[in-house]
Amino acid sequence: MNAFAGSIDRPNSYIGRSVSRPNAKRLLEGRGRYVTDLVLPRMLHAAFVRSPYAHGKIVSIDIEEAKALSGVRAVFTGEDLASICAPWTGTLEHFTNMKSPPQVPLPLEKVMWSGQPVVLIIADSRAVAEDAAELVIVDIEELPALADPVDAMSAAAMSKELADNICFATKLDSGGVEEAFDAADTAVEQSFIFGRHTAVTLEPRAIVADYDPSENRLTAHHATQTPYQFQDVYSRHYGIPEANVRVIAPDIGGSFGMKLHVYHEEMAVVGASILLGRPIKYVADRMESFVSDIHARDHRVTGRLALDRDGRITAMDVDDVTAIGAFSSYPRTSAVEGNQVIRLMGAPYDFSSYRANLSVVFQNKVQTSQYRAVGHPIACAVTECLVDAAARELSLDPFEIRERNLIPDSSYPRTSPTGYQFEKLSHQVCLARLKSMMNYDALRVEQAGLREKGILRGIGIALFVEITNPSPAFYGVGGARISAQDGAILKLTPSGEVHCSISVTEQGQGTETIIGQIVADQLGIDREKVRVMTGDTDTTPHGGATWACRGAGIGGETALQAARKLKANLLAVAGLILQAQPGELDIRADWIVETVTGQQRISLAEVARVAFFRSDTLPPETQAQLSVVHHYAPQGYPFAFTNGAQSCLVEVDAETGFVKILKHWVVEDCGRIINPLLVDEQVRGGVVQGLGAAFFEECLYNEEGQLTNGSLADYLVPMACEMPDIEISHVETPTRDTELGAKGCGEAGTAAASAAAMNAVNDALVGHGAVLTQIPMTPTRILKALGTI
Amino acid sequence: MSGKVTISLAVNGETIEALVAPRTTLADFLRQDIQLTGTHTGCEMGVCGACLVLLDDRPVHACLMFAVQADGCAVETVEGLTHRRAIDDLQKAFHERNALQCGFCTAGMLVSAYGVLASGDELDRDSIRDALSGNYCRCTGYESIVDAIETTARLRRQHMEKEEA
Repeated sequence: MNAFAGSIDRPNSYIGRSVSRPNAKRLLEGRGRYVTDLVLPRMLHAAFVRSPYAHGKIVSIDIEEAKALSGVRAVFTGEDLASICAPWTGTLEHFTNMKSPPQVPLPLEKVMWSGQPVVLIIADSRAVAEDAAELVIVDIEELPALADPVDAMSAAAMSKELADNICFATKLDSGGVEEAFDAADTAVEQSFIFGRHTAVTLEPRAIVADYDPSENRLTAHHATQTPYQFQDVYSRHYGIPEANVRVIAPDIGGSFGMKLHVYHEEMAVVGASILLGRPIKYVADRMESFVSDIHARDHRVTGRLALDRDGRITAMDVDDVTAIGAFSSYPRTSAVEGNQVIRLMGAPYDFSSYRANLSVVFQNKVQTSQYRAVGHPIACAVTECLVDAAARELSLDPFEIRERNLIPDSSYPRTSPTGYQFEKLSHQVCLARLKSMMNYDALRVEQAGLREKGILRGIGIALFVEITNPSPAFYGVGGARISAQDGAILKLTPSGEVHCSISVTEQGQGTETIIGQIVADQLGIDREKVRVMTGDTDTTPHGGATWACRGAGIGGETALQAARKLKANLLAVAGLILQAQPGELDIRADWIVETVTGQQRISLAEVARVAFFRSDTLPPETQAQLSVVHHYAPQGYPFAFTNGAQSCLVEVDAETGFVKILKHWVVEDCGRIINPLLVDEQVRGGVVQGLGAAFFEECLYNEEGQLTNGSLADYLVPMACEMPDIEISHVETPTRDTELGAKGCGEAGTAAASAAAMNAVNDALVGHGAVLTQIPMTPTRILKALGTI
Repeated sequence: MSGKVTISLAVNGETIEALVAPRTTLADFLRQDIQLTGTHTGCEMGVCGACLVLLDDRPVHACLMFAVQADGCAVETVEGLTHRRAIDDLQKAFHERNALQCGFCTAGMLVSAYGVLASGDELDRDSIRDALSGNYCRCTGYESIVDAIETTARLRRQHMEKEEA
């Protein structure tokens, strides 16, 4: 395929061009419309009473005083909502023997994590609802909390529906691992801990649920990246016909995967709106976000690499225990991350013997689930730290050992020992580009010079492979009603402009901008004449929306094919008007032109005018098709893998344990780039989330399962003064599965930034007897590794 | 709550008389009572900077003040700064550099940038990063924001030099 080749020089050639986002101006002027801002007539406000214990039996709930407070309109407990809401269970069929207890909006018998919502208060204002929440008396008999995942593996089941605390376990074994380790000249082994962290979107979760009993119609204004998924969930779990459920996702204040999961609060608020027949608003405050948004990561991994005397990897063996909280999340589950961890291990490297063991374990904490770069940072860090450990063991330069082991760019297509099919990757080109752009040799000279003065600088390299453009192999095959296809409607307006409504969604990454670029490019019109609408299940076709780096690759291809279809229709009409063959005509700069000469024949606006208002002048039997609907589902490879290389330069203060991040470099290959400006900013934002995990971010729990740093004053997020400038370069290897050739880029930065940072810190500490294998690498952990404290 | 208090203040140049509960924060007053939703709340404890507004031309956290404390003051929000075209150049630089993604931190970023640009201090990348130490952005990684403020500072300086010449 790939007949498409964008030429940047022709008129309206927007694919590949850095253009700014039309919809960003609104946000810059304070004219954004977030769910948080929304006010509806007769709207009420929700607040929750939450469990103070990580595990306990509900003995009694006294809501009388709360109900009596002036301004309180209703108080709901578990039974009220369970009676109208079908329970949900977060499992996928293709994860054999996966299990999770059923969930209901508010608990009926037990609380399973500290912060779990127990009682819902509905009042005239949020302030009154919070006042009332303080008047509710919940008597809970505290039970021992399972906070440690390894303990949880053998402890008695905490859910009565399950026999043990294992959500999912699986093994991969390509064979030959034991033999390879027996025959190895060198073997390295490390044990890693990846802390829990969380998305901390600046806009917290928010919903306004508006049920109209007269029509049995639910409208949910929901800050989510996946409105169609929620339309399906609300419809099925509350028994409302799908066509009567409308989910509107307006401006969203960040999501990063966090806002695509089903949360108890949102389900409860929808139920309350159904029970009361009034709009109800719930906006999580930041403290609530910390105890109820999904967390991410929380992995304990032991990994081993076997190498021959030339430093070639011969085998890899890993064991991953990941703790996911009390329930597997719905509908995407909490096992996808672990599954991706064990399947992405060693991905850039050319070896065939691989073995992995995965245990996904329940514990009494809030759920973990998919957050930006699902599984990638873990697989990347384990692989890349082991490669660096091997390099140190063999006295090889980090670039040298990678050059020896990379899958050659000339050897694709390839299937990894874990079963992933790689269409075409560009590790060798990326690694070489990285080395030259960072001026590696000079940095090493500088490092050696500074080391003599007692200044410890470290350079870390990490290669990554990223999963993008997922087919139904991701969720659909597991029974989840999550679409891998997207749909677009393109409408010509009577003035010759184009309106596009499409199922991929916008959270600020620039989805609407790139879709507009593609449509304008393919139609040959000015992009200011294309209006793109997203995020409303009533006005856009059903589709997958935005997750797992699918917006550009799948949504973009949908838009491209739709635009070509509309163009063919428009040229057919123009041909009738001009008495010319459509094949001899083209659209350029809003004009119908002769393809060969470029001579302008008739404006698109005039074609539209005739077609809409003077159809009587067209030949009999003509029915001009001025709108098109088009759906596109990915075919060919199950995923479009991308790749890249990152490097981090740090300076470690061995006395204080503080690390200054001096610079970060990224070379990445996301296939066809639609808008370099937006791709670069996706990569930068992604890197900073990875650096946050590497140095700052961790949800700290005590042994009782209490989160001890659940506020923005205590939980550290990367701030401007701690972050480096990030230099980016691109290699473009388009996928041949689509005309557009685009793959994803949103998770690339996060995928390898922590790994590069770990390798950088460990490089700085070479000779000091310290190796960090736990993130975040806090000053305390660095000083402990150094033996200072 | 009972016992509402009358306040009078200037918001974006307009005089507002309002009855507010003493516990209403300035952020909630702006967002809910007078529907200036350009100001956001991200932490409600003065950490994230999403709620920054100008109080008598100085950036303050609207979430850390009660509305009653703003009685008699002049408050300016992103809507007001936009309306009087005080940050046209800054907004243009943010737009062209794509120094925002979801936009939720942006009003606070612009208020911080307005403050640091108005200070007249010589700005380099490090001092801009320092000036943003109270503004949290999850999307951009900050570099584009630093770039946009740096560009605005440079253009303003060039403009002033031109005026003087």
